[in-house]
Amino acid sequence: AMSLIGGAAAAATDETLEPNTFEEITSYNNFYEFGTGKTDPADHAHQLTIAPWSIRIDGLVDTPGDYAADDIIAQMDIEERIYRLRCVEAWSMVIPWQGFELADLLALAGPKPEARFVEFQTLLRPEEMPGQKFPILDWPYIEGLRIDEAMHPLTIMATGIYDEPMPKQNGAPMRLVVPWKYGFKSIKSIVRITLTDTQPRTTWNKAAAAEYGFYANVNPNVSHPRWRQDTERRVGGGLFSSRIDTLMFNGYDEVAGLYDGMDLEQNF
Amino acid sequence: MTAAQRVNVWVRKVPSWAVYILGAMIPVWYFWLAVSGQMGVEPINALERALGLLAMQTLVVVLAVTPLRRWTGISLVSHRRALGLLAFFYVCCHLAVWLLLDVQDPGRAWADIVKRPYITIGMAGFVLLLPLAATSNDRALRKLGPVRWRRVHTLTYVICVLGAVHYVMVQKVWEIEPLVYLALVLALVATRLPRLRRRAAA
Repeated sequence: AMSLIGGAAAAATDETLEPNTFEEITSYNNFYEFGTGKTDPADHAHQLTIAPWSIRIDGLVDTPGDYAADDIIAQMDIEERIYRLRCVEAWSMVIPWQGFELADLLALAGPKPEARFVEFQTLLRPEEMPGQKFPILDWPYIEGLRIDEAMHPLTIMATGIYDEPMPKQNGAPMRLVVPWKYGFKSIKSIVRITLTDTQPRTTWNKAAAAEYGFYANVNPNVSHPRWRQDTERRVGGGLFSSRIDTLMFNGYDEVAGLYDGMDLEQNF
Repeated sequence: MTAAQRVNVWVRKVPSWAVYILGAMIPVWYFWLAVSGQMGVEPINALERALGLLAMQTLVVVLAVTPLRRWTGISLVSHRRALGLLAFFYVCCHLAVWLLLDVQDPGRAWADIVKRPYITIGMAGFVLLLPLAATSNDRALRKLGPVRWRRVHTLTYVICVLGAVHYVMVQKVWEIEPLVYLALVLALVATRLPRLRRRAAA
């Protein structure tokens, strides 16, 4: 498997991407389906049943249907991608994902030419996901991408971390990873992918449209109402760790062309 | 002797200095946990939140002293000054972690205070605490006289509400725990409303 070390930007920023430890990656998570605390997912996700698991791909595709997770994984070239993950809360990690390009999964179902957006949905199962018993968000969790963002080679479906199957608190069995967007876009434990011609109504955007835009590209120049976005703290540095500068598109400048002519302050 | 009186005997036996020392040890203990990796992989945020919650809890206890005495006869009045000053100390620790370890830059901290309402509100609570901490000694009490001193210290009610609102607003969604603290604070402040007090007395 080829190893892509964070894309071309890694060299440009002169940063060596030292991955976070497995323990860091699996003990500090936002996965509100298991609770709003950072350790709630690690504490509660063991309740989740992940087999059997299938993903319904429907909407504007040639062959809609339920695709078994095992069958999908068996068909794909699994490779390692070491990506920065930047949370909108201004912390970040470096994660060695295993996965495959989302474009390859969408190709299985054959997107129709009129498909303009991709909508993703997380499992809704309150009996195994205790956070879903409270209406803190409009369950199930929905996220979305424009079709060109979804087809971009940096966008992956991740199936593992450090050569381990995806831990449940990180979104087992399969989750999206869009490294140039804030972490909440990278939806976990996906059960449905719908290709549409209208922009999906995404969960955090519905909860607070002024705080969470549809695009949510990492952008140090656009401040969030709650957190400044010009710097971030890399998890794992301990009590005296310094803040580091946040990079435009989280350092993945190769996606800039997707937004040519767009006002990224307006479309935050 | 009633149960409340027995409790009061025990409460009075605890010397003030013991409350101050034990209370001041809690942030030291938290700091040790954070620095030794026992507060998780992101200790700055964990320590900041732990200290904020400790301050909130102590403020609720301070607010509860009078109603507790009125309704149960149990009196913590002899330790109220210590509890109030400890709450101020916890808020100072919370603020220090935010400024020195989290934001790490006075200019940015000021920009946040001005721009972000939940920080503005938290900071307003801290500023209002300053005159109360400064007058929490016998000399100030004598100088102001009990009537004026008590009037100054009614600011406590405003401070507790600001603290609870700050706690609710820090969260990204409506979380239960901060709302419980806000409800507690509002209920305890409501016991001071003259109308309620008159009704209770009638």
